[in-house]
Amino acid sequence: MTKNVVQVRDLYKDYQTAAGAIAVLKQVDFSMDTGDFVAIMGPSGSGKSTFMNILGCLDKPTRGEYMLDGHQVSALDGNTLAKIRNQTLGFVFQGFNLLSRVSLLDNVALPLVYSGVSRDERQARAKVLLEKVGLGQYLNSMPNQISGGQQQRVAIARALVNNPRLILADEPTGNLDSKTSEEIMALFMALNADGISIILVTHESDIAAHASRQIRFLDGRIVHDERSSPIVNASETKEIA
Amino acid sequence: MFLAMLGEAWRAMGANRLRTFLTMLGMVIGVGSVVLMMAIGQGAQESVKASINAMGSNLFIILSGSFTAGGARSGSGNVSSLTVKDADAISELDGVSNVAPVSMGNAQVVFGGNNWSTSIIGTTPSYLDIRVWDLADGYVFSESDMRSATRVALVGSTVVENIFGDVDPIGKTIRIKQNPFVILGVLKSKGQSLDGRDQDDTIIIPLTTAQRKILGNQFAGSVRQIMVQATTPEIMPMVEQNINGLLKQRHNIREGADSDFFVRNLTAVANSAAETTRTMSLLLGAIASVSLLVGGIGIMNIMLVSVTERTREIGIRMAIGARERDILLQFLLEAIVISIIGCLIGLFLGISGAMLVNKLAQTAVVISGNSVMIAFAVAAGVGIFFGYYPARKAARLNPIEALRFQ
Ligand SMILES: Nc1ncnc2c1ncn2[C@@H]1O[C@H](COP(=O)(O)OP(=O)(O)O)[C@@H](O)[C@H]1O
Ligand SMILES: [Mg+2]
Repeated sequence: MTKNVVQVRDLYKDYQTAAGAIAVLKQVDFSMDTGDFVAIMGPSGSGKSTFMNILGCLDKPTRGEYMLDGHQVSALDGNTLAKIRNQTLGFVFQGFNLLSRVSLLDNVALPLVYSGVSRDERQARAKVLLEKVGLGQYLNSMPNQISGGQQQRVAIARALVNNPRLILADEPTGNLDSKTSEEIMALFMALNADGISIILVTHESDIAAHASRQIRFLDGRIVHDERSSPIVNASETKEIA
Repeated sequence: MFLAMLGEAWRAMGANRLRTFLTMLGMVIGVGSVVLMMAIGQGAQESVKASINAMGSNLFIILSGSFTAGGARSGSGNVSSLTVKDADAISELDGVSNVAPVSMGNAQVVFGGNNWSTSIIGTTPSYLDIRVWDLADGYVFSESDMRSATRVALVGSTVVENIFGDVDPIGKTIRIKQNPFVILGVLKSKGQSLDGRDQDDTIIIPLTTAQRKILGNQFAGSVRQIMVQATTPEIMPMVEQNINGLLKQRHNIREGADSDFFVRNLTAVANSAAETTRTMSLLLGAIASVSLLVGGIGIMNIMLVSVTERTREIGIRMAIGARERDILLQFLLEAIVISIIGCLIGLFLGISGAMLVNKLAQTAVVISGNSVMIAFAVAAGVGIFFGYYPARKAARLNPIEALRFQ
């Protein structure tokens, strides 16, 4: 196991548009300790999502180096990247991104289908995680039968089902009210306390304050990098878990 | 993994039942019509084959009258120019294994209170050899019956049904045009001929008896036609040429003048009938295959729509670890499941349809395991072929763009 779960050096991302190439990420250097909790802030359009997609192996940088858990990502083929997304990473999106026609249990179990886990074990592991995020009584409900906050919990359970090393959450509380947001953040903190590394994008500084490190993007560059101690105490964490 | 994907395919199909049903319908109609058409086509081929076998092999029939000249001429067989002596002469030719002179006509037959109009064939025992026609019961008349023009008869099964009913015909006396005839034997059933006549609606009597007592005689020894069997199929053109030469000589027909007889190669006629039904059944199959093709295109169409509609779902799956081939397999399986279920329903309907045709139209149908397997393989093939392109399109989607898709 390496000390840095993520190491990015001299990263550039350009998008080709009709008006020509636009540089969205410019000379980004970033490294993150295993077990850290990083919040990314910055105005809309500053390149946060683009950065997250690259970290999540969904997109490739135009230039630069990305080491994930000690592996040079640019050297990997499509199947290996899929395997990394499946087993090393967990995604949480702003829009939850659950499969609407599928029960909560099957939604959470879905990543395990792609790792070749047997049906019984899939169901058992998904059930454990849904219980962990407090939705044990909704196993067979459909996504449209539960609230947004609950849907985001399902999405987090799905991200956790394959025991990832790193969770990438792009504005996970963006669609939620502040009370629900706090509950979701408490859940992330509990996961981080269990040793999972987390990178989380948010607009709100009080959400970002839960992280141990805050960085700020502006116009495709990291302009601010600060380490703080988390403000939530242990009792609040327990309440959720 | 595979089972999980099959479950997914099933669920996706269930999510839009009407659409799935309509897509399947293309497949159902395609497979159903292929199976039905093949059953009918093969049935026709089988019955032609049966008729040909029943007719006898390597056959010529020599008819009196002319086919070659124009103008107002009476049709063949109306003017008798052939004789028993012609038949005897032909039997001396090389490559001829059997010859049977035939006179025929229709007559009323009576047994007890029943009467029936049927065709009377006057011929020699070799006629039965040529036609490969066995007796179901009794025995054939002999050369001495021929010589003394005995009033004996062999009856076909249709005649037996109509005038004897349950009575055993052997040894009974029937009247043909008022003349009493003793039944020597009952002919085995032969079914329909190539031109659709009931070959069992007939009575066979010695040629001499027919000429003297029943059908009359234009002149001594005249016959309506002569049947000739060659020893092998290869030798038939040579035999035909020799018959023509021999008869022209015997009938004093000059070089270039019209003949008063005509030699028909029945085997060639039969083969061309077989060829015709084969072509017909191929044609039927081809037409039906077009609907299978249309069904396949329907599947491709729907799968393309489905891929577009589910772009976001594909993006989510990729983000949580689906490989290209997982997505490919998912959509391919869906197409294959649709086409195989459609195929099964189509098979069921096609076979039911064929049975219905068999019942209602009294047409022979043959449902071979082959045609069922072909239909099944084609359906699976159509599913793979027309499902592949949409599935590949899904698998090649860029995950980010798929996720951003609304
Ligand atoms: N596929 C794309 N093609 C062209 N431009 C893009 C694309 N994706 C993002 N951008 C542009 O890149 C910039 C950064 O976008 P993004 O990373 O989504 O910002 P953020 O998440 O910080 O709001 C924006 O100006 C956006 O318009
Ligand atoms: Mg964004």
